[in-house]
Amino acid sequence: IKECESYTFFSSHFFQQRVEIHKLRQGENLILGFSIGGGIDQDPAQNPFSEDKTDKGIYVTRVTEGGPAEVAGLQVGDKIMQVNGWDMTMVTHDQARKRLTKRNEEVVRLLVTRHSLQKAVQQSMMS
Amino acid sequence: MDTESTYSGYSHYSGHSKKAHRQGSRDRHKSPRSKDGSRSEKSVTIQTPPAEPLLGNDTSRTEEGQDDNWGETTTAITGTSEHSISQEDIARISKDLEDSVGLDCKRYLGLTVAAVLGLLVFLTPIAFILLPQILWRDELEPCGTVCEGLFISVAFKLLILLIGTWALFFRQPKADIPRVFMFRALLLVLIFLFVFSYWLFYGVRILDSKDTNYQGIVQYAVSLVDALLFIHYLAIVLLELRQLQPMFTVKVVRSTDGESRYYSLGHLSIQRAALVVLENYYRDFTVYNPSLLMASKSRAAKHMAGLKVYNVDGPGNNAAGQSRAMIAAAARRRDSSHNELYYEEADHDRRVKKRRARLVVAVEEAFTHIKRLQAEEQQKAPGEVMDPREAAQAIFPSMARALQKYLRTTRQQHYHSMESILQHLSFCITNNMTPKAFLERYINPGPTLQYDRDRWFSKQWTLVSEEAVTSGLRDGVVFVLKCLDFSLVINVKKIPFIKLSEEFIDPKSHKFALRLQSETSV
Repeated sequence: IKECESYTFFSSHFFQQRVEIHKLRQGENLILGFSIGGGIDQDPAQNPFSEDKTDKGIYVTRVTEGGPAEVAGLQVGDKIMQVNGWDMTMVTHDQARKRLTKRNEEVVRLLVTRHSLQKAVQQSMMS
Repeated sequence: MDTESTYSGYSHYSGHSKKAHRQGSRDRHKSPRSKDGSRSEKSVTIQTPPAEPLLGNDTSRTEEGQDDNWGETTTAITGTSEHSISQEDIARISKDLEDSVGLDCKRYLGLTVAAVLGLLVFLTPIAFILLPQILWRDELEPCGTVCEGLFISVAFKLLILLIGTWALFFRQPKADIPRVFMFRALLLVLIFLFVFSYWLFYGVRILDSKDTNYQGIVQYAVSLVDALLFIHYLAIVLLELRQLQPMFTVKVVRSTDGESRYYSLGHLSIQRAALVVLENYYRDFTVYNPSLLMASKSRAAKHMAGLKVYNVDGPGNNAAGQSRAMIAAAARRRDSSHNELYYEEADHDRRVKKRRARLVVAVEEAFTHIKRLQAEEQQKAPGEVMDPREAAQAIFPSMARALQKYLRTTRQQHYHSMESILQHLSFCITNNMTPKAFLERYINPGPTLQYDRDRWFSKQWTLVSEEAVTSGLRDGVVFVLKCLDFSLVINVKKIPFIKLSEEFIDPKSHKFALRLQSETSV
């Protein structure tokens, strides 16, 4: 059982969350347990999770049950802003995949944005 | 055969003179004209060549129109018998008689004036050339080459003018229009003034002073002919070309069943537009069939007959209150007539379709009995050779009953007599038509032109308009063409001014890209 840390980070513009995923070894591969969609070479209008249909960022489209991503607190619809410090808002789909599946990394630290986070913070501000 | 008995009443219409036509038509005028008198409308008559209107309902038309009271004594069986005569109608009929005589005189007067003027105009250049020769031949200068060349020119130009005038003006008038034709009158006046001034100049400067310069006189005549050709050109532009470009769209709606059509017209006066509409009416609108309106009339009668109003408060003239009470009560009453209409129409459709199926089968079977003989076969069996008429008569009985039943169901039986059906059948056999082509005439009601002339309900129309009938068409003008049984309401709309702009597309600019949304699992 890997421990994970997650805490809400309040910044001036973006409501972000840090998620730390410990990769799971399956045979030869290290898997994270989620699927991504999006990228600057993709069609942003077909992204069901983005609020702004011109947003070409990387989004989490699926999270496998019981996988490392779910355990770490990653949810479907999250937009990945950074992976281990590398920016993910202006990358192609393949570049994003490569950055997440580096063979020599066992832990990835993601910075994600979520709609529900925004609403939660707004509600707590008002109450 | 049943259809024969239907037409026995029509045999005595063929010998009518125009006077009897007038007497017969007095029975048909409707009485609610009193309210028309209060409006300031001009009502003039357009009259096409006279013929008798068909009185299509055999049951009530056995009297010839000598009986003035039939309007009151006939029961309301058919659609066109609800008329009555009032003093107004009789006064109006006598006025109509005078009008029709006046119109004919006016038409012939106009034609005569135009013909006389045309002849004078045509002979004028010839007179200009010949008069000096006749009057002072000895003093004239001899005519040189140039002068004789001008003779040829005058001759050919006059010939061209003659042919052009014949082509443009000498056409059979197809209608009587109420007011004078504005542009034609204008042209006649112009020509008259023009020729008059030429004669004046000629008379003063040439005849009086006995000018000896013959070449100058001939050139003067040539200039007259040139100017006449230009007036002819003006006539073409004014009378023919100006209204070719479509400027207005008119909607024509028939008042009895709402059938409507749209036509495009150019700059025309109201009376000419009415003529165009009428010409197209006979071709485009389906024939007016009064027996199709009986159903809605019976429904209307049922609505009115539902309630009776009694005045229990004593003698008081409370007509407005009564009608209001009737309308309110009718609205509250739970009426199932819409249900009846729906089921009746569905039933009627089913019946028509069934009859049509039987008819098509009967006709197809009848047509299989006929075979066209080739030339060599004709010699082989001279006994059984028939001409188309006999062949038609031979196969007619097998389809007669089905056809008659179908015509009865669709209420067209008085449009087709047995003789006309036989004629059509032999026509189809001669031209190798299929059964479907033969039946096309009976299954769909066609335009009025398709039927015999004596089946046409009306050829005399009245143009009712709130503006002068010689004024031009404008956006929003409404006028009505009334005939005895129905009217056509015509609404004019201007075609909007269209702004058309261009956009150039480079054919190499059509480029496409593939847009995907892939999903990768990590």
